[in-house]
Amino acid sequence: MLILQGIPVSPGVAVAEAVVIDNEGFRIPRRFVSRDAVDDELSRLQSATDAVAADIASNRDAISKQLGEQYGAIFSAHLQMLRDPKLHAELEELIRDRHYCPEYAVSRTMRGYAKAFQELDDPYLAERAHDIFDLEKRLLRNLLGRRREELSHITTPVIVLAHNLTPSETANLDPQYVMGFGTEIGGAGGHTSIVAKGLEIPAVVGIGNFLTDVSGGDLIVVDGDSGRVIMQPDEETLAYYKHEAEEHRTFAERLETLRDLPAETTDGSRVYITANIEFPHEVNACMRRGADGIGLYRTEFLYLGADHEPSEEEHHDAYSKVVQEMDGRPVVIRTLDLGADKMGHLPLAEEEKNPFLGLRSIRLSLRNLPLFRVQLRAILRASAIGDVRIMFPLITTLHELRQAKMVLNDAMEDLEDEGVEFNRDIPTGMMVESPAAVVMIDKFLKEVDFISIGTNDLVQYSLAVDRSNNHVADLYQNGDPAVLRLLDTTIRSAKQANIPTSMCGQMSAGIDYTMLLLGLGLRRFSVPPSAVPEIKKICRSVAISQCEDITRRAMAMDSAREVDTFLREQLRQLVPDIMLHY
Amino acid sequence: MTEKTVSKVVTINNEQGLHLRPAELIARMANQFESNVELIKDSERVDGKSIINIVTLGATKGTQLRIEASGADAEQAIAALAELFDNEFLDTETAEQT
Repeated sequence: MLILQGIPVSPGVAVAEAVVIDNEGFRIPRRFVSRDAVDDELSRLQSATDAVAADIASNRDAISKQLGEQYGAIFSAHLQMLRDPKLHAELEELIRDRHYCPEYAVSRTMRGYAKAFQELDDPYLAERAHDIFDLEKRLLRNLLGRRREELSHITTPVIVLAHNLTPSETANLDPQYVMGFGTEIGGAGGHTSIVAKGLEIPAVVGIGNFLTDVSGGDLIVVDGDSGRVIMQPDEETLAYYKHEAEEHRTFAERLETLRDLPAETTDGSRVYITANIEFPHEVNACMRRGADGIGLYRTEFLYLGADHEPSEEEHHDAYSKVVQEMDGRPVVIRTLDLGADKMGHLPLAEEEKNPFLGLRSIRLSLRNLPLFRVQLRAILRASAIGDVRIMFPLITTLHELRQAKMVLNDAMEDLEDEGVEFNRDIPTGMMVESPAAVVMIDKFLKEVDFISIGTNDLVQYSLAVDRSNNHVADLYQNGDPAVLRLLDTTIRSAKQANIPTSMCGQMSAGIDYTMLLLGLGLRRFSVPPSAVPEIKKICRSVAISQCEDITRRAMAMDSAREVDTFLREQLRQLVPDIMLHY
Repeated sequence: MTEKTVSKVVTINNEQGLHLRPAELIARMANQFESNVELIKDSERVDGKSIINIVTLGATKGTQLRIEASGADAEQAIAALAELFDNEFLDTETAEQT
């Protein structure tokens, strides 16, 4: 049994067989070969080895000719490894005696060697593991040929393990079969995590190097609550996790009883808990959990999933489906928030040095007006059939807000000319997610109908931490006193201006922060559908006066650690039966 | 055919120890002989014909190794391998041609 610690990003527990996705995105099948097929499989391995050897030899000759003999030497070493008698004896044994398919045998054996290299004291020799991986990849590429298996072809329950999964790869995971996933890199606030949460797939990211220790088909536990990934769990651990999964279900069932009750504090303040969604089908989860509406409808999936630019009709279909199903409850549609870590197939900026400070989000829309207009028209059309609100992301300057509103006005005029129905008074708001927007909030509040605080970006921009960089991910702290002050300013100003304030982003779904946020004056939370019941449970367990007291004390503290410890303790005292995710 | 075991203690003198290139030369040389060849470092014993095994010894400069060969051409094998160590694996061109 091997226990790895990563960053938990999507709650829940899953136990299933591993599917390992290598950097090139193909998976290694754990197939077994029948007794009669052993010789065929061995000769398949033989021809793959020959082909790779020929390949390496021609590389060596080309390089030697170009740069001199000594440069070709590395390829000679690769050839020697490829022909290594020990390696082949081991492969043959796995195929002949244990009936592994050559792909699985190669992956297992080579990963074992790579691990042995990595464990050497000499850093230069440890680095040579890369040479082993390179050979593994060459052999696999040759063995798999055109039969590379795609993630989307999974048809049995699995845990996906990869170096990294892009948000779009994650979005394409089928929750019916993908029970959980774990990745070597990634941070708490990355969009991969958001997508995982949306799909309600337990997930752990930022585990560090571990793919050498695992082979496809191994039994794996992913604990999305504690951030643990367990390989080859023993009986006791397995039993524990089966019990844990059961607990999750029971607790969820208890929360279910809150579904039709309002989120109201014990002293009678009404709180609105809306849901963040990514895909239209998530509306079901929102309804099931009694959300008061959709507080954030992300629209990136339209661009990420498809292989073409989405048409106005495609936008409109996706929006009107959600609006109809929400049946009169508000739906806040956020315009395109692509860029940085979410890239579709759009003609985006050339490689950017600092994508999070680059051409993303509203900036991208304002530079691609035709694309922006298509989306705005579709949103406006959907406003004819329900309570649709429109929200612009990452507004940093007043100029951007005014520009965006102007484009929206143009779209309205066009629709009017065409005699198309829409809501002329569609509430228009902005996300507050840059420190600049907070500093200028009084001015912004005069020009919007609502605001929504996007804590993920606000925290990363104010603390200057890239939340997806695992070298500094630990510096990304929602509870930082600087963040609390920014929130306080924003919520207080909005209250004075009588502008409704919501909060989306991870902090609003973090049960530790609910009381703090209530104390700051927040009455609208937008959280993943799965978090609605918990947040409601907390709201119904506390009084605003208690929360204000907690907030006053937290605001006087000096560090995120102090704040977080304090909040956790308060939650434990005031809402003892909430399941703590630690 | 006589089964003979011959062995010799050698010291690694080249700067980088038994990294990929020296390991390759050893394995290539060892594979030219019929005898079994083993490299022994303390209690570790690896197949001298396996480059991967040789690298996993993690033998650095100054390490003493015992090379052991058993088989009909054991003596020739030990002589050839010892020469590689003595030359600090520099003599690649000659090795290539033999």
